[in-house]
Amino acid sequence: MSTPVVHFSRRYRFSASHRLHTPGMSDEQNRATYGKCNNPFGHGHNYMVELTLAGPVAADTGFVVSLPALDALAQRELLDRFDHTHLNAHTAFSADFLPSTENLAFELQRIFAREVPLLDPTGRLRLSNIRIEETGNNSFDLPSQSDAPERTR
Amino acid sequence: MIFLTRKAEFSSAHFYRNPAWSDEQNREAFGKCANPNGHGHNYTLEVTVAGEVNPATGFVVDLKLLKDILEREVVSVYDHRHLNHEVPEFALANPTTENIAVAIWRRLDGKVPNARLHRVRVYEMADLFADYYGESADLLDRNATALNAQTVA
Ligand SMILES: [Zn+2]
Repeated sequence: MSTPVVHFSRRYRFSASHRLHTPGMSDEQNRATYGKCNNPFGHGHNYMVELTLAGPVAADTGFVVSLPALDALAQRELLDRFDHTHLNAHTAFSADFLPSTENLAFELQRIFAREVPLLDPTGRLRLSNIRIEETGNNSFDLPSQSDAPERTR
Repeated sequence: MIFLTRKAEFSSAHFYRNPAWSDEQNREAFGKCANPNGHGHNYTLEVTVAGEVNPATGFVVDLKLLKDILEREVVSVYDHRHLNHEVPEFALANPTTENIAVAIWRRLDGKVPNARLHRVRVYEMADLFADYYGESADLLDRNATALNAQTVA
């Protein structure tokens, strides 16, 4: 029996504000497109980010990843960066970045796709999916590029 | 083809220990989870099967039957038990969330009539869970990790 590969998921929560507004449209078009999400001073959400990592289960521990190491990574790259911030004003983003939850998911994917493999020096770990809930009613799943062909399995 | 998911719950005790390591190494690797008398969780199991709808019944598999299979193969063995001491697959391997997902897959594989086991998901807590897609997915996963290493490099 080969070593099983397990997808391990951990959820993190942070609170941030944003405003949906794009300079390429008139104020009226912005209001028509984004509704109350366009209100000038922004509004906030309690975001939930679920990181899914895929890798072989280590025989000596039974783990895919060291949980303290993953939590420390999420603390550094997610919570310390974004918790209690205004995403539009965030220095991580360029001035024209539109902080929709979709765009935030792509930004987080860029960060964690790069950082997650570094948690395993033998190179057997990858980010397989990011899920973000903006509210209990809205959620977004972003599979990694490497996982897209597998989604139908 | 359609996917169908059934939930079940079990409450079990466990601890993590590698007998090849010193007490100090175990504490270092597993923290509080190494406490020798163990601790417990309310686990939630989600089993997803894939299959075709039987035109006579409108079902892929009778949910009552699936419930009974989960009860017989998993819940009756794990619930209100100490996983390390009382469940044979964890006599040597740590009952981590990852290993529990793999063990439940092996218990259920081939047991559900007219359906293919697709995914076993085990929640240890609401914010921590593991998914296993079976041995045939292991190779796909290894390829995806290699692909990912190229795309993020
Ligand atoms: Zn535990």
